[in-house]
Amino acid sequence: MLEVRDLKTIFHTQDGAVHAVNGVSFHVEEGELLAVVGESGSGKSVTMMSLLQLLPMPPAEVTAGTAMFQNRDLVRLSPTEIRDVRGARIGFIFQDPMTSLNPVFTVGFQIMEPLRKHMGLSRSEARGRAAELLELVGIPSAADRLDDFPHQFSGGMRQRVMIAMALACDPKVLIADEPTTALDVTVQAQILELVRELRQKLGMAIIWVTHDLGVAAGIADRIMVMYGGQIVEQAPIAELFDRPRHPYTQALLESLPGRHQANERLRSIGGQPPLLMAHPSSCPFAPRCRHKFDKCEAANPPLERIGGVHDVACWLESANAEAAE
Amino acid sequence: MLNYIIRRLLIAVPTLLFISLAIFLLLDLAPGDPTAQMPLTVPPEVREKIRLALGLGEPIHVRYLLWLKQFLINEPLHIFSDSTGWDIAGDSQRVISWQTRSPVFDIIVQRLPQTMWVVGMSYVVGILIAIPIGIISAYRQYSWFDQTGTFVTMVGYSVPPFFTGVLVIVIFSVQLGWFPSIYDTTHRVVDWDTFVFQLRQMVMPVMVLALQTTAQISRFMRASMLDNLNQDYVRTARGKGMTEKVVVLIHVLRNSLIPVITVIALGVPGIFGGAIITEQIFKVNGIGQLLITAIYAYDIPMVQTLTFIFAVLIVTFNLIADVLYGMLDPRIRYD
Repeated sequence: MLEVRDLKTIFHTQDGAVHAVNGVSFHVEEGELLAVVGESGSGKSVTMMSLLQLLPMPPAEVTAGTAMFQNRDLVRLSPTEIRDVRGARIGFIFQDPMTSLNPVFTVGFQIMEPLRKHMGLSRSEARGRAAELLELVGIPSAADRLDDFPHQFSGGMRQRVMIAMALACDPKVLIADEPTTALDVTVQAQILELVRELRQKLGMAIIWVTHDLGVAAGIADRIMVMYGGQIVEQAPIAELFDRPRHPYTQALLESLPGRHQANERLRSIGGQPPLLMAHPSSCPFAPRCRHKFDKCEAANPPLERIGGVHDVACWLESANAEAAE
Repeated sequence: MLNYIIRRLLIAVPTLLFISLAIFLLLDLAPGDPTAQMPLTVPPEVREKIRLALGLGEPIHVRYLLWLKQFLINEPLHIFSDSTGWDIAGDSQRVISWQTRSPVFDIIVQRLPQTMWVVGMSYVVGILIAIPIGIISAYRQYSWFDQTGTFVTMVGYSVPPFFTGVLVIVIFSVQLGWFPSIYDTTHRVVDWDTFVFQLRQMVMPVMVLALQTTAQISRFMRASMLDNLNQDYVRTARGKGMTEKVVVLIHVLRNSLIPVITVIALGVPGIFGGAIITEQIFKVNGIGQLLITAIYAYDIPMVQTLTFIFAVLIVTFNLIADVLYGMLDPRIRYD
């Protein structure tokens, strides 16, 4: 469906180039829900924005890699071509529903925009479809609310509007960039439930970017863990939670609340995420890793397949594998 | 909204009364004498009689109340009588200029067209130039266009019109001879040729004044566009596959215009005040020039009336700006 190979994105800053995405490769199957997990600055959002050329260029630049979607390389498309993909075949939901809607236009107008552009609907057709979409995402008395402005909706309702907008043209892939981060927990649960339902009804593939492993566990088929602009581990959900291979994933799982005794202090990962100023020649997680050894400082481990469906980028794994042989 | 407007209008009444009193008291404090410009041969007793005839013998509160009555009751009655032909004003006393002995309002009505043509036109021209410049400067921030715009704006801000005015006269009237350096107020537009002449004599004063307006409004526009271009909703619009034209000229522009339109509305009263210096340089005898000569001649009723009309316009356009703000930005409600 969507096949990303060796994607590299850098930001040109006054202090030099920042390597935000370093050779990321992944794929999404039709109808699959892939969760991309990582902490702030791990490059997960930048990866998704690079796919649709949504980063401001300059300062951003996609220096290498391909993103094949329907036999076309997204990162090499012309501005006109990529515009026909955005909102039409790939929908995008952004993080903060409070600021992601234009405050001076009605939600109806904003949902109708992609319908009229991509599907060539007339005003009244688009209006009818917009009302259907609002109903689909669970907004009560949908037709009446088309003429309301974003500030007349609550945070959760606005995120539903964003989802309706992203789904307007029946996209094959939906990219959701931390769609629940800005919402409170009960609303978050409602949105997750909504996405689960919509996925069953519409059957599109979803890439769900989040920094919350708990959220990912609730909805994903497969999880991809990113750190320092790279993928460090990738596996189907059950496999990853049962047998996390990468020290970073293990540490992340240990720092989740609820997996320890109630009176135990939460564990955290010591140290800071890397700054990515230089192209990494060592494992980006090495400075914070409990199992660090010589090789981690000497070279950056490649992402390698272990046991059928599980990918890990860690020298520890390859050392174990060699030892086993 | 209607309630809000009515409430604001009611509040405006005491505000304006207070302003008129403040103007009156300030002018009374000012040194000077309406007979000062008369020949020295006029003996002091005659001067005293002239002062008494002008009403200066009355105590200050009587003079203030009389002016108020003339301005608020007699003048509207006269204007109504003149426009309908029904004589309801009778021979009630109008506000009379000490300098010319004719009603202040008649003089203002004579002077207003010149000011409207020159200063009003320069405001319109300035805005029409400034908004596209602001948009392009912000969209192509730090490009050569933006840099040039910033430079020209800085010049427009910092070089006063008494310099640019004289400069354009030297270049375009003296050296090139393209435009007349004196604005002919008596000129009447009757056919194409006279219209062209009117345009030609307006070019230079409008150019000088529009430079200032353009400088201010384009900076506002640029800053406002820059604020909005980085907003999340812009990314959303791009994420929906909208073209850059739609993103910038519909999504961003509509948001950016909100503060700019307010600024534009607040600047409109300034048109009435005229451009004192520019009108002087180009000999446009508009309101600004009228005010200056009235001040020189100690023509208190004229100065008082002009200043007060100016205050009324400022209060009115403040209200208009607020109402426009509420209409353009759906988040603002005045209920």
